[in-house]
Amino acid sequence: MEWDWSAVGDFMPQFWDGLLVTLQALALGSLISFVLGLVWALLMRAPSRFVRWPVGVVTEFVRNTPLLVQLFFLFYVLPEWGVTLSALATGVIGIGLHYSTYTMQVYRAGIEAVPPGQWEAATALNLPRVRTWQVVILPQAIRRVVPALGNYVISMLKDTPMLMVITVLEMLGQARLFAQEHFQFTEPLTVIGVAFIVISYLASLLLRSLERRLVR
Amino acid sequence: MKDPDANTNPPVDGSELIRFEDVTKRFGSNTVLDRLNFSVDSGKHVTLIGPSGSGKTTILRMLMTLTKPDEGTVTVDGEKLFPAPEKQLREVRKKIGMVFQQFNLFPNMSVLRNITEAPVTVLGMSKDEAEARARELLDLVGLADKAGARPTQLSGGQQQRVAIARALAMRPRVLLLDEVTSALDPELVAGVLDVLRDIARTTDITMLCVTHEMNFARDISDQVLMFDSGRIIESGPPEKIFSDPAQDRTREFLSAVL
Repeated sequence: MEWDWSAVGDFMPQFWDGLLVTLQALALGSLISFVLGLVWALLMRAPSRFVRWPVGVVTEFVRNTPLLVQLFFLFYVLPEWGVTLSALATGVIGIGLHYSTYTMQVYRAGIEAVPPGQWEAATALNLPRVRTWQVVILPQAIRRVVPALGNYVISMLKDTPMLMVITVLEMLGQARLFAQEHFQFTEPLTVIGVAFIVISYLASLLLRSLERRLVR
Repeated sequence: MKDPDANTNPPVDGSELIRFEDVTKRFGSNTVLDRLNFSVDSGKHVTLIGPSGSGKTTILRMLMTLTKPDEGTVTVDGEKLFPAPEKQLREVRKKIGMVFQQFNLFPNMSVLRNITEAPVTVLGMSKDEAEARARELLDLVGLADKAGARPTQLSGGQQQRVAIARALAMRPRVLLLDEVTSALDPELVAGVLDVLRDIARTTDITMLCVTHEMNFARDISDQVLMFDSGRIIESGPPEKIFSDPAQDRTREFLSAVL
């Protein structure tokens, strides 16, 4: 087997398309998981167990079933209920939802790590509950959880190839397509492997600088 | 005896502001307050002394609505605290400020914002007004130059003085001081106590103070309450309690801490 640089060159147009899709899925999936995870975490602290209980059950269910199954479900079952979304939108929602059930635990830990004295000081100052969350608790909690959230972003990156099964042409999808058309597997798969490492590395650098700025 | 008109007559200065009636509080099998009765008149400085675990801090926390009694009633300015709807608790909290042993400043805000946040959001003060007032208070506690600093950049003593300014910014009628110098390095204690002496001397604010600083207690108090095992075993003016206590237990305690 020989390495064929011209195959690398031929793959490039498709690679850029795939890279773009991967990055889109990662960015939007992260965003959804960050926002939704926080919503879950806050709902799990609701005074009523009629809120906590269903949220607990749903998130437990999502966390403990495979992402692949969820993607298939969203892609094939939702249209039967009249909800039609593009494959990429379905994938982004699937990944974001799945990971939100992990980020919610990160947020929970971050919220619980805020010392009780902060709540007490807010009460002593008569700050309303919502304001206490906004300006005292969440800013401190989120600062603490940035590293953990970042690790999930990198995890999510490595799960984006699953979107291939619902016809999203992210990097792996493009590589497979190219391989099937040209009967060349080594080059496209190597290229995207390197791309995954580079993205992970850049993301971790970004994360570290963010951490440094927040910990200050 | 309870004054039947206590709830209808608005209290004037010198009238009763705080009343504990038969208040009991238990944590598990441990009774921290045991059918406690006492009252504090407006404008008075009352110091709570006694061994740790005798329930002093619990009293302050109850007044700040941070903990509830298991039995009995707590009344502030004619309003019963427990049970009371959140709206009424918010009204009562407006009258009370608290300074904590561990300062509890908000580390994510500047010193200035720590002081202005509540006046702006709770009292509806304009930002400019709140900041002007915060700077006056920082001046009062000797930290005029620290407005832009973060709490973590300050010493413990400085943080505690900011916490005092923060509590005063809400213009409370009652200031609760919960062992405010216990977490400080010895050389920082004096600065904080001087600020409090100043406030005690120059304002008509009612003060309830839990402290182990007996000289400070002697200086500022109108009345000293000696606690043991959830009960007040002796009370009186500081001259009496510190020089000629009636109870052996008080004598024992004082000789141990002085």
